[in-house]
Amino acid sequence: MSYGFQMPDAQDLLFRTLADPTRRGIFERLCRDGEQSVGALTARAGVSQPAVSKHLGVLKQAGLVRDRHQGRQTHYSAQLDALAPLMDWTSQMAAFWQSRFDRLEDLLKRMDQ
Amino acid sequence: MSDAATETLSFVVERELAHPPEKIWRALTLPHLIEEWLMKNDFEPVVGHKFTLRAEPNPRWSGLVGCEVLAVEPNKELSYTWGPSGDGTPNNMKWVVTWTLTPKGTGTHLRMEQSGFRPDQQQNYKGAKFGWQRFFANLERTLERID
Repeated sequence: MSYGFQMPDAQDLLFRTLADPTRRGIFERLCRDGEQSVGALTARAGVSQPAVSKHLGVLKQAGLVRDRHQGRQTHYSAQLDALAPLMDWTSQMAAFWQSRFDRLEDLLKRMDQ
Repeated sequence: MSDAATETLSFVVERELAHPPEKIWRALTLPHLIEEWLMKNDFEPVVGHKFTLRAEPNPRWSGLVGCEVLAVEPNKELSYTWGPSGDGTPNNMKWVVTWTLTPKGTGTHLRMEQSGFRPDQQQNYKGAKFGWQRFFANLERTLERID
């Protein structure tokens, strides 16, 4: 475990991919509402369809979404498993700080007022 | 891309402690006390002071954290950068750790926030973190529903 909080490449890619709020919004929508067509996503994204398609391409490259072609429509769905490295990293960091808080509390009990 | 495209991540741990802020401040700022709960160090509570936190190295990490003091407000707030690759950490890889002490009854509410840091976007980072927090909260709810 790296207590220095260096982000290994897999996590770094996820953070960079999800750092864009529009892209994260699209991903959140797919998490919440399930599979959607590009058209349906565009209608609520507040950006043009080419922009939505570009964001979906970046999400796909990071393994966060999967596409399915049906006729002329492409449907996208979220791949929550791809978030595992990010969750691991977050829980490692949480474990680190919780244990340091425990040690700090122990120290405070030993210290004089 | 907009400024918001480079939003930083922020991570918070909070705890109520049955000790006054002055005592906790000593534990956060005196090197021999910092060593007891965090790591070996050459900390000084002086803005601009550069110091190193030293843990046992392992195959994936040198054990060194390169830091610089950003803010010192005795018994209230302490903040420093956190460079996971020691002194040579590039700026865009650094974190900022901020400790906030708020008196609560006879004790203290202690809050630690670790946030991503990019000097070129420093003016934005305080406002930008909420997007990520909301994202994690939403995600947790989503994952709960799926299980």
